[in-house]
Amino acid sequence: MSSAGASAEATQDDALRNAVIRLAGNSQDGIQSVGGMLGRLAGRTAQEVMTYMTIPSTISGGPSIFQVHLGSGEVLHAGDVADVLVAFYQHSYDNHLDSLKDGGICLYDSEKVEETRDERGIHHIGVPFTSATVEAIGGTAKDRGKNIFVLGLICSMFNLDREKLTGIIERQFGRKGEDVLRNCMNAFDAGYAFQTTDLKQFRFAPGEAANSNRISSDGNTMLGLGLIASGVRYGAAYPITPWSSIMELLRRELPKYGGVFVQAEDELAAVAIALGASYAGHLSVTGSSGPGLSLKAEALGYACMAELPLLVINVQRGGPSTGLPTSVEQSDLLQAIYGSHGDSPRIVLAPKDVEDCFYITLEAAQLARRYSCPVIILSDQAIATRIEAFNEPNLDEHWIEPELDLSERGEDFRPYPLDGLTRHAPPGSRMAENTYPKVTGLEHDEKGHPSGNPENHQKMTDKRRNKLVTLAAELPLPEIYREEDGEILLLGWGSTYGPVREACDRLREKGLCASATHIRHLHPLPSGLNELLARFEHIFVVEMNDSGVYGYGQLATILRAASCNSGIHSLCKTDGLAYRVSEIVDGVDSFLA
Amino acid sequence: MSDTQSAQPEEKLTKKQLKADHPTWCPACGDFAVLASFFNVIQKLGLTQTDFVCVAGIGCSSRFPYFVNSHGIHFIHGRALPLATGISLSRPDQHVFVFGGDGDGFSIGGNHLNHAARKNINLTYIIMDNFVYGLTKNQTSPTTPIGRRSKTDPNGAIDRPINPMMQLLGSGATFIGRSHATHVKHMNEIFERAVNHKGFSVVEVLSECTMFYPGAFDSAIPRKGGEFDLVDEEQHDLTSINEAFKLAQLEFPGKFGVFYQDERPSKNELEQNWINDVQSRTGDLSPQDLMRQNFAAMQ
Repeated sequence: MSSAGASAEATQDDALRNAVIRLAGNSQDGIQSVGGMLGRLAGRTAQEVMTYMTIPSTISGGPSIFQVHLGSGEVLHAGDVADVLVAFYQHSYDNHLDSLKDGGICLYDSEKVEETRDERGIHHIGVPFTSATVEAIGGTAKDRGKNIFVLGLICSMFNLDREKLTGIIERQFGRKGEDVLRNCMNAFDAGYAFQTTDLKQFRFAPGEAANSNRISSDGNTMLGLGLIASGVRYGAAYPITPWSSIMELLRRELPKYGGVFVQAEDELAAVAIALGASYAGHLSVTGSSGPGLSLKAEALGYACMAELPLLVINVQRGGPSTGLPTSVEQSDLLQAIYGSHGDSPRIVLAPKDVEDCFYITLEAAQLARRYSCPVIILSDQAIATRIEAFNEPNLDEHWIEPELDLSERGEDFRPYPLDGLTRHAPPGSRMAENTYPKVTGLEHDEKGHPSGNPENHQKMTDKRRNKLVTLAAELPLPEIYREEDGEILLLGWGSTYGPVREACDRLREKGLCASATHIRHLHPLPSGLNELLARFEHIFVVEMNDSGVYGYGQLATILRAASCNSGIHSLCKTDGLAYRVSEIVDGVDSFLA
Repeated sequence: MSDTQSAQPEEKLTKKQLKADHPTWCPACGDFAVLASFFNVIQKLGLTQTDFVCVAGIGCSSRFPYFVNSHGIHFIHGRALPLATGISLSRPDQHVFVFGGDGDGFSIGGNHLNHAARKNINLTYIIMDNFVYGLTKNQTSPTTPIGRRSKTDPNGAIDRPINPMMQLLGSGATFIGRSHATHVKHMNEIFERAVNHKGFSVVEVLSECTMFYPGAFDSAIPRKGGEFDLVDEEQHDLTSINEAFKLAQLEFPGKFGVFYQDERPSKNELEQNWINDVQSRTGDLSPQDLMRQNFAAMQ
């Protein structure tokens, strides 16, 4: 992509390579649905896409946006500034005009919005969304369907593939009945055919993605499907935003695979039910958002002590407490790594984008089975809800069929061997020695007998910690984007992957020697990471959490403690919004100034 | 809950085979008798060590799994029922037994009792109720009678105690029994009926804490001048929740026996029905092809 990105740039043949469209309205207007359909279209036309949405945490209604960044080449972020703003209401216009680039296009509902600001060469186009939709649908007063009218307008404006787009509408609305679909199509056609001399026309350059088996999805869906592909058939959870859509998917899909997902009475029961199924021989999952992870903390300590495998998904949101339940933050890292009582080592991973949600889940499941401990996957609200297009996972390669191992355990079986990894014998498995094992949260000896022996507690603490030491030595070092050494290294984790990469390129355009890297394995960190970091003068750790009393964000704190590298700095923010590329660039600039 | 059978018929276990660590309970603790009765029932039903699993939370009685030579898991305080729910739903081949006390079941884990019961999870839950916190050495428990002195109520308990049978009846459990640790034959009978019940079966056993609350249940021990008053099942309609509530409101020590039993599909069955139904419609698709259908909808 043109690395400056985020603006409708014409190439020589006047074809667009990138466009950012921001739809601003209320949450019940169906703008997410329009954004989702544009995202899906991108997947079908070999384009790249990334979306970004804000939703109010009110029960019904409230201002909401959906931003779509479409590109013919690689799209790494949702766009700092919009090329086109679609404003459904006066508040949408007032609050989002600033998000338009200079000379951008503001498309607004001329019956709802008064054009009050003539500035920065912005091109205003008023279209009567509401009455045109009412007219198209057949003269009723209700203005539902104006989102689809706007989709028609956008389709004509950007010369999008009309046939593919109407196919997507059919799939989405066909299920809801003939009348609904007919109304949608009428609204779409009215928007598509709407005549205004003001309407500028654009055309995208052909998409460059290898056009085979492209799919478009959000992060929560890919985490849910990843769990099934990794052989998880049981789990339990309690509803909480933005985790809930994963449990809804598992509840709906698992029966097809012979599994059961339980809606538990609370977070404590959810983690206990999942641990019960894990103990019974089926690696299981529970998930939540930050407050729920806090409630699960005691049972997580148990899982570390009893050495039971467990997958835990935490879709982070703004905290603490109820905080900003529909906004993004990465402030649960320390909770994920350390949150429990006692010394309770567990593995923590974070996906870098929507596609990675699928693969990281398979990796997490393999690690949980191998090391018999909890593995926490830290997603966040941004990855959970945004849509990206990518290649369909090859299930012939990426599939783990679950096995229940009830084989007879030999005479040397010990549930907690000091010289090896714990492999529990699930209920139903026969013991050759005729002594049946206990799984316990009391400190125990190799055979699982409670033991308060001081030497034993030290040895068992070593055993549990050394699993992670072993794993750290096996983990690959993160890849470096651009130079292998130099002045600046931008380091991110989780959903900042795209903006960090893009910020690296922008810094290079400014003549700085910048590189970027991304950490998926947050705990343990890969061995050798310290040496890698030492090759750079300044390491900027970009994360969406607070820099705290001592001036460092959560990952930066850990990296400094692990490496004693005084070149590690923090770029932190907690405004509940995904990182803009410019915020990272400005942060580096102001540090170096 | 015995709807499955051992994979291969084997000889019944002996008491010696069933015993594991020697119980760490205080001398003459009521829980010894509950353990002995449990062994009797396992032997009588012919269960082997690959057929069942013992689950417990925290408390004196929750040490139970260590004393049984079977698969067992000792979990955290109050969460034994949800853990057992996970085992029961994922392993229909196993009999799941849950053991615990009044603190574990009615206080810290109180809400889990309601939900495991209303979901009618296929398991058997034995509550050893001693009206006191024993492991932590004599604090007031949720069933401690008003006026009883403890380390946390030096002037006598002031909070109204939970009536376990009222609580259980309100929870939606489908088998609810009550017994007494000094009446082993009665326990044997009630436990056996509980195990044979399909769905969530629960038995409250009054089990004396000889260390901190000696004599608490003497009023139901004839040789100590009390009366062991049984539910008259000729007269009592087991399926009537109203009659059961009347029994539950009798003055302590009240009646012993089965208060309530009803047939209702267990969650285990209902989930399996859903699985069978959806799998009958997805036909012979491989698991991977099932997921490819999801991907196709994302194109």
